[in-house]
Amino acid sequence: MSDAANASSTETPAGGPPGALEAVIGLEIHVQLATRTKMFCGCELSFGEPPNTRTCPVCLGLPGSLPVANARAVHFGLMIGLALGSELAPRSIFHRKNYFYPDLPKGYQISQYDEPLCLGGSLGDVRIHRVHLEEDAAKLIHVGASGRIHGSDASIVDFNRGGTPLAEIVTEPDLRTPEQASEWLRLLRTTLRQLGVSDVNMEEGSLRCDANISLRPAGASELGVKTELKNMNSFRFIERGIRAEIARQEKLILGGGTVVQETLHFDPGSGAITSLRSKEEAHDYRYFPEPDLLPVRIEQAMIDAASADMTELPAARAERLHAEVGLSAESAQLLAFRGELGDYFEAALAATADPAAPAQVLANWVTGELVSRLGEGEDPASSRVRPEAISALVGLVAEKRVSVGAGRQVLDRLVADGGDPEAIVAAEGLAAMDGGEELAGIVAAALEANADAATRVRGGNPKAIGPIVGYVMRETKGRADGTEVSRLIHEQLGI
Amino acid sequence: MSATDILELTASAAAAEIAAGSLSAAELFDVYQERAAADRAAGDHGLNCFTWVAETAPETVADGAGGGGNGLRPLAGVPLAVKDLFCTEGVPSQSGSRILEGYLPPYTASAVSRLSAAGASLLAKTNQDEFAMGSSNENSAYGPVRNPWDRSRVPGGSSGGSAAAVAAGLAPWALGTDTGGSIRQPAALCGIVGLKPTYGAVSRYGMIAFASSLDQAGPLTRDVSDAALLLREMVGRDERDATSLQFPHPIELPTAERLDGVTFGVPEELTVEGIEAGVLESFHAALDRARDLGAQVREVRLAHAPHALSAYYVIAPAEASSNLARFDGVRYGYRAAEPSDLLDMYTRTRHDGFGAEVRRRIMLGTYALSSGYYDAYYGRAQRVRTKISEDFRTAFAAVDFILTPTAPTVAFGLGEKTGDPLSMYLSDYCTVPMSLAGIPAISIPCGLSRGLPVGLQVAGSAFSENRLLDVAHALEGALAFDGSPARV
Amino acid sequence: MARELSAVLDHIAKIGELHLDEVEPTSHVVEVTGALRPDEPRPCLPREVALAQAPATSDDGFLVPSPQA
Repeated sequence: MSDAANASSTETPAGGPPGALEAVIGLEIHVQLATRTKMFCGCELSFGEPPNTRTCPVCLGLPGSLPVANARAVHFGLMIGLALGSELAPRSIFHRKNYFYPDLPKGYQISQYDEPLCLGGSLGDVRIHRVHLEEDAAKLIHVGASGRIHGSDASIVDFNRGGTPLAEIVTEPDLRTPEQASEWLRLLRTTLRQLGVSDVNMEEGSLRCDANISLRPAGASELGVKTELKNMNSFRFIERGIRAEIARQEKLILGGGTVVQETLHFDPGSGAITSLRSKEEAHDYRYFPEPDLLPVRIEQAMIDAASADMTELPAARAERLHAEVGLSAESAQLLAFRGELGDYFEAALAATADPAAPAQVLANWVTGELVSRLGEGEDPASSRVRPEAISALVGLVAEKRVSVGAGRQVLDRLVADGGDPEAIVAAEGLAAMDGGEELAGIVAAALEANADAATRVRGGNPKAIGPIVGYVMRETKGRADGTEVSRLIHEQLGI
Repeated sequence: MSATDILELTASAAAAEIAAGSLSAAELFDVYQERAAADRAAGDHGLNCFTWVAETAPETVADGAGGGGNGLRPLAGVPLAVKDLFCTEGVPSQSGSRILEGYLPPYTASAVSRLSAAGASLLAKTNQDEFAMGSSNENSAYGPVRNPWDRSRVPGGSSGGSAAAVAAGLAPWALGTDTGGSIRQPAALCGIVGLKPTYGAVSRYGMIAFASSLDQAGPLTRDVSDAALLLREMVGRDERDATSLQFPHPIELPTAERLDGVTFGVPEELTVEGIEAGVLESFHAALDRARDLGAQVREVRLAHAPHALSAYYVIAPAEASSNLARFDGVRYGYRAAEPSDLLDMYTRTRHDGFGAEVRRRIMLGTYALSSGYYDAYYGRAQRVRTKISEDFRTAFAAVDFILTPTAPTVAFGLGEKTGDPLSMYLSDYCTVPMSLAGIPAISIPCGLSRGLPVGLQVAGSAFSENRLLDVAHALEGALAFDGSPARV
Repeated sequence: MARELSAVLDHIAKIGELHLDEVEPTSHVVEVTGALRPDEPRPCLPREVALAQAPATSDDGFLVPSPQA
């Protein structure tokens, strides 16, 4: 709960509701499907092509053109439904959503209304309301003043994107915090990526997320007035945007105001929330069944085909990593729900035929040491550390040919320059120090150099061993095995 | 052959002559091209059938070698007039509207492509009511079309140009579209044959849309055999039109001359109230001819037929209001000059570009779909439609075909009904039920009333075209209507 | 226009007389299994053709007054 709310619960401002407020969040996600062609015509999907080079009479809305639905988009829609445990509608129809805008060539969008492809389902802790198919709008580029357009700023329309197949996934308002929302969105993204139905790249726009946010007294069952936050194109922005909107609504409500239902835009730069086209908003879309398209009947054969194409989903992968690979439930879930990490881990696991270390150790190195060096959210596959390399490194450490400390240094080198662990160990002289005379000698020297610490250890203060160990590690450049060093120290101190 | 002889030939007969080598496709084309061009040049003094006329014969017809080659194709190079709303690549396709004035599509409608592939040559684009909305061809942005039987009267609509052209011998045959009667009613008012096929039988790809669930392309011809020939080459599933179907069997040319064993149903709901006395007289005489040929004629009920017009005038405008939203001045067509902002561009473009009837129907349709009214209007109308389809299915369990007059009146005067849209809409009273049910129906001329043609409508169940054409052919023979007074 | 529209609306309101509670609306006259298209590319229009009929163009795109103005 934000500071503002905490403050208010002690202050009880005039006109505000008593008690704490809870946020209620639902997400609306648009996913561009990775088909070859558009939703209703045979134009190939555009990836940065020159403007208006991927169009035809249908996606340009020329007079006389007609839509025909893409079978593969329906197939992907069914796969999404299966992955979310939704009910697949035996018969679903397309509807026209009518409004005027330059990026909408027909003056209506072909979408689905009250007979969508999928209803219900869930992912993680969040229930799914529905999944439906529709076509994407074209791209509008604001160009400012143009002598060609009298009296007004101008925009240019590029119809390449227009008609791209979209799956719209709507959740129930089951989310409660911005962090929960962004984490769940990551899970959804991983799921869709595993399915192979979309590139799910937020920066490129193949995954778009809007959030519906309302507040209500904690524990209440009725929903408050919701606002819609649009156009957030990264997980961080979504989290921050939702947080900002919750704060805005809180301030408004606790100040005695009422939330107005509207569409809002979050500016990540300034943190400001502004109203987006609220006066031009067409509330009445005059939905009616699309007469140019026939009802889609989902036959068993189509469901079977979708099932056959199903890949392992995060929950199943987590289960497998736990039960078969032997990872802890926590590690299994972390790797499964962050798809790229899981892919990388499994590649590393497979790289060594007879690994010296248990899988959990490799998992810890990947999720701990490697992730902290690369940064949260970075895909290890795009780093310089090849899966085989980290697998080999973990093996070297397990065989005690390299100490843990030295191993970390090797990993630093791998992250910076890539390469092979054995070669790095050789080149930098990081091989583990054998126990024996050399090490015993250094330990003796350490005890001498840290006589006070030695006395305190002998006197019963185990923490004082730190500087002594530190001395040895420095002298051995971290190559000594920590357990052996400690043993030698205690042996030489006679305790 | 003299030009007069040539003009006497039906399209089928001309195709046969070309195949036999006794007529060249080029000569046939030139005879009609000259007459069509003359009508276009005559302006107000002509019938105003055309919005565009080919200047020369197409290559496939012009080069003499085409003669033999043309004879090998079913339609043998016979020239065809095509309603303005069919997209014809590089040729103006305006759907009778100012908002598409001079619009040159980059592709050709599937129905027209098929006919071209079968040998038809594009003679001209015909005038029509704007966006196919009308029953008199007085709603065209390019002036009204006149009825060749009496130039002070309307030819019917919306395919008025096509009907008048065929009746006047300015084209051997023509392509039109029928949404609520727009092929059948002008065919009746002009004394020719017009067929609306089963919904889905002919691809709509490339037809500038009016009402998607009702629009169908069909032939306007001098006789039933010509209609069958043209239909045969038009039908079939098109991958570009999801609502198009593979016709279950090939269309056959009709041969029947008797009607033994055929039962006709006559619905009181469409054959008494609101029908002009002279039309009824002609209709009943036609029923007698049917009986003479051995048919049985009995009553059937179409209980919801009286509500068909109301349902139609909700559904068609509703779909049209959405179909016409694309005319916004952004990508093609008319755009208002110097718009002050986007909204101004939209409103002025559409207000100036659309005629009054189109604007009226867009408003009606928008209203019928709007939140709070959907259930009472569009939702209800689609339920009425279900009942009408059921009525026909029940009727066809008892009879083979249904007979009605095609239109409640003969051709009315120019300007007579333009002040009262409702009275204009009533022209579709007998044809609209078949459109709503998606079943095929043909109009054949069955006589004259006050010197003007009366049409007989024969409707059959879905995909009954072959039997329908046969029955119509037999009736046509017995009725022996003489269309020559209309020839210019 | 308003007068004519009223007259038409009165006429079409007749459908309000019918009892239609248990009747399904016809959303499609043709009830055939949904005709879906294989995911195969078809040729696109060359840009010049796509823009050929445009009332105003700029930089290879369709030029319109901005919605944000």
